[in-house]
Amino acid sequence: MLRPYLFSRKLPGVLLMPSFLTDLTVLPILISAVAAIIGASLFYVTYRRLNGNPLVGIALGGVAGAIAPVLFMLPLNYCTFEAERDPADVLLGLVLIVVGLAIVLLPLRWIVSRLLQNAPLAGDTTSPGAFKSRLLPLFLLAPTLIILAMFLYYPSLETFRLSTLLARLDARRTAFICVDNFTRLLRDPGDGQSLLTLIGIAVGLMIAGVLVLRFAAHFTDQPLIGTKRRAPVALRYGVPLIIGVVLYSLLFDAASGFFSEDYGRSLLVTFGISIAIVVIGLSLSLLIATMAYQPITGAKIYRTLLIWPYAISPVVAGAIFLLLFNPSGGIINYFLRGAFGFTIPWLNDPAAAPWAIILASVWKSMGFNILFYLAGLQNVPKDLLEAGGIDGANAFQRFRHIVIPMLSPITFFLIITNMTYAFFESFGTVDTLTNGGPLNSTSTLMYEIYEIGIQNSDLGKAAAQSIILFVMVIGLTVIQFRSADSRVTYGA
Amino acid sequence: MATTLDHTRAAEKSETSLWARLIPKRWYVHLILIIACLFIGFPLFYAMLVGTQSNSDVFAYRFLPGDSLAFNWDVVMNIAGLWRYMINSVFIAIAVTVGKTLLSLLAGLAFVYFRFPGKWIVFGFVLITLMMPTEILIIALFRFVNQIGWGNTYLALIVPFLASATGSFLFRQHFANIPAELSEAAQLDGANPLQFLFRVLVPMSWNTIGALAVIQFVYMWNMYIWPALIMQGQEGQVVQVGLRTLAGGDQMTSFGPLMLGAVIASIPPIVVFLLLQKQFMSGFALTRDK
Repeated sequence: MLRPYLFSRKLPGVLLMPSFLTDLTVLPILISAVAAIIGASLFYVTYRRLNGNPLVGIALGGVAGAIAPVLFMLPLNYCTFEAERDPADVLLGLVLIVVGLAIVLLPLRWIVSRLLQNAPLAGDTTSPGAFKSRLLPLFLLAPTLIILAMFLYYPSLETFRLSTLLARLDARRTAFICVDNFTRLLRDPGDGQSLLTLIGIAVGLMIAGVLVLRFAAHFTDQPLIGTKRRAPVALRYGVPLIIGVVLYSLLFDAASGFFSEDYGRSLLVTFGISIAIVVIGLSLSLLIATMAYQPITGAKIYRTLLIWPYAISPVVAGAIFLLLFNPSGGIINYFLRGAFGFTIPWLNDPAAAPWAIILASVWKSMGFNILFYLAGLQNVPKDLLEAGGIDGANAFQRFRHIVIPMLSPITFFLIITNMTYAFFESFGTVDTLTNGGPLNSTSTLMYEIYEIGIQNSDLGKAAAQSIILFVMVIGLTVIQFRSADSRVTYGA
Repeated sequence: MATTLDHTRAAEKSETSLWARLIPKRWYVHLILIIACLFIGFPLFYAMLVGTQSNSDVFAYRFLPGDSLAFNWDVVMNIAGLWRYMINSVFIAIAVTVGKTLLSLLAGLAFVYFRFPGKWIVFGFVLITLMMPTEILIIALFRFVNQIGWGNTYLALIVPFLASATGSFLFRQHFANIPAELSEAAQLDGANPLQFLFRVLVPMSWNTIGALAVIQFVYMWNMYIWPALIMQGQEGQVVQVGLRTLAGGDQMTSFGPLMLGAVIASIPPIVVFLLLQKQFMSGFALTRDK
């Protein structure tokens, strides 16, 4: 486990910004200059590689790079670099600049490289039998575009804006507080945290995140037995293990040492519950599916009987399990007492309550998971299994080396779906079953946002937490979209 | 005269004993699946049972139906007013399902059967909204909807959900796979694009429409956090929030009415789901090569 307190409190001198830097007329220019150089070099390379005019590349990259930091900094008025700010504020400001650079430069580079190769920009699906009108399509799209703009784009921007404010639900006046809503989610530096630790953990989390994404990208390619595209066994099992341990220790230490007590707790709760839902849900479903995947009569009936809880709402699930888990009237404890002689205080014990949420959620999604695993198992080619048997593999080895890899796209899809469910839709179950309690032990991130924004009426803080949740989930949604394109389609 | 064939048949028949013929092949598979179905179905069946019981029955662990059904029904429907919430939920679920399908059809038509300048910008505009789940935006959306005066109205529950990137792309994909000759023929016949959409494309798209419809209906029916936020009072509230109030409170929950309410609230989405099951499965089509 990391020991943040081993690092010294402060690096002398490094963080005391020279005064000419904090002069807010010099700093923006300096930042933009550095960014312009980065952009120019990136585009120079791109243009050179694609036989474009390198000077155009330098110009375009330079301009784009210069503008990019302004994206985040201008609305903030570069406030994170003001003289009296914490190292945490400065760090966040730097992160925002880097993110701004990525948001501007990478898509632009993609567009430019497509244009240079004369490749189509959007996989154009225009039918050869297209209609002539140029105006009608805009009318057809108008309702969709207007609604998306009003109810998705505008609230997104508003959320960013609100996160920099001190705003209350009913008050009309708001106060600009820069990134305080974010940095207040970190543990107060006075408690012994040094900037080096902050940087270390931040970088560590980012690297871990990138590794996870890269590794996950492997799964969107269907593994072919025996081809070079499959990573060696050690890598395939070792990497997720290492990532898991690193992430866990970072998160654990991060939660206890990096984030504020409340936020750290809700992070742990959310990740704990989500991971448990995924692991337990998928393992159980795979188990049942493997025992029953041969084509049999009545398969359609079984399918229906297994998947219908999909239609049940999280609130209904919470209500039903509210009864089942009741300490005195619930039959789960009745059964436990009768069969094993003890009961569990499901809803009153902070250690047991998350398990109530987990079990209720696993119940609801189990049929869904079983269904997909059944379909996936039925698609494992029999001759592969036979070949494995001939080569001397026993059933367990065949399962591990043939079946599980062939199921990985489905596993992947189910992980994403279940995690999305755990992050967002479990709100209904939490609100019904435990109300976020006892002692906030089931207060997921979504629930915290609701409590803080609506019940405590602190809009700015809730907006800031929404953005952090968004950043966490953005990886999930991007992966989900990319895999939906190639493998599984579904609408929502 | 007994032939070899007759002997063989007779031999086969005696080998297959009565037992083997009655039990289906792979009976253990059926057993496991039946157990799984029972486990999954048990909570709802128990809820149905408790819906007929009073709290004293519940705490006595009676596994037979009680006789409080009428009383529980009264509590659920009249005192808690669930019937009103059900009607509200039906209304908004149908409104959004129909509206979203319509708007997505129009968008799919526009993306596939037209060329216009800046098409890729529009495409990107819609694409990016895939990264904006409503839950993330809920604080700002709440503030905005109140600011335009739609607080506590059906509009707030319906309009924000009428536009969908996934729906638009679903139909775009679907329409792109339809042969071009159809639209060329339609144009020769003098049909305008909307006629083409409703007379030719839609009849070819019932599976996709059904898939989208069932997912949307269930999504809207089960939606909890947004209606809880935006609707005040009892008039326009949806069934999930109404059910939640049955569960809440400081006094001991009356489980009978709560379970009855939960069962009743689950009937419409389950029915819709069962009816459109085939479409739902095709919507989740796993494109695997054999």
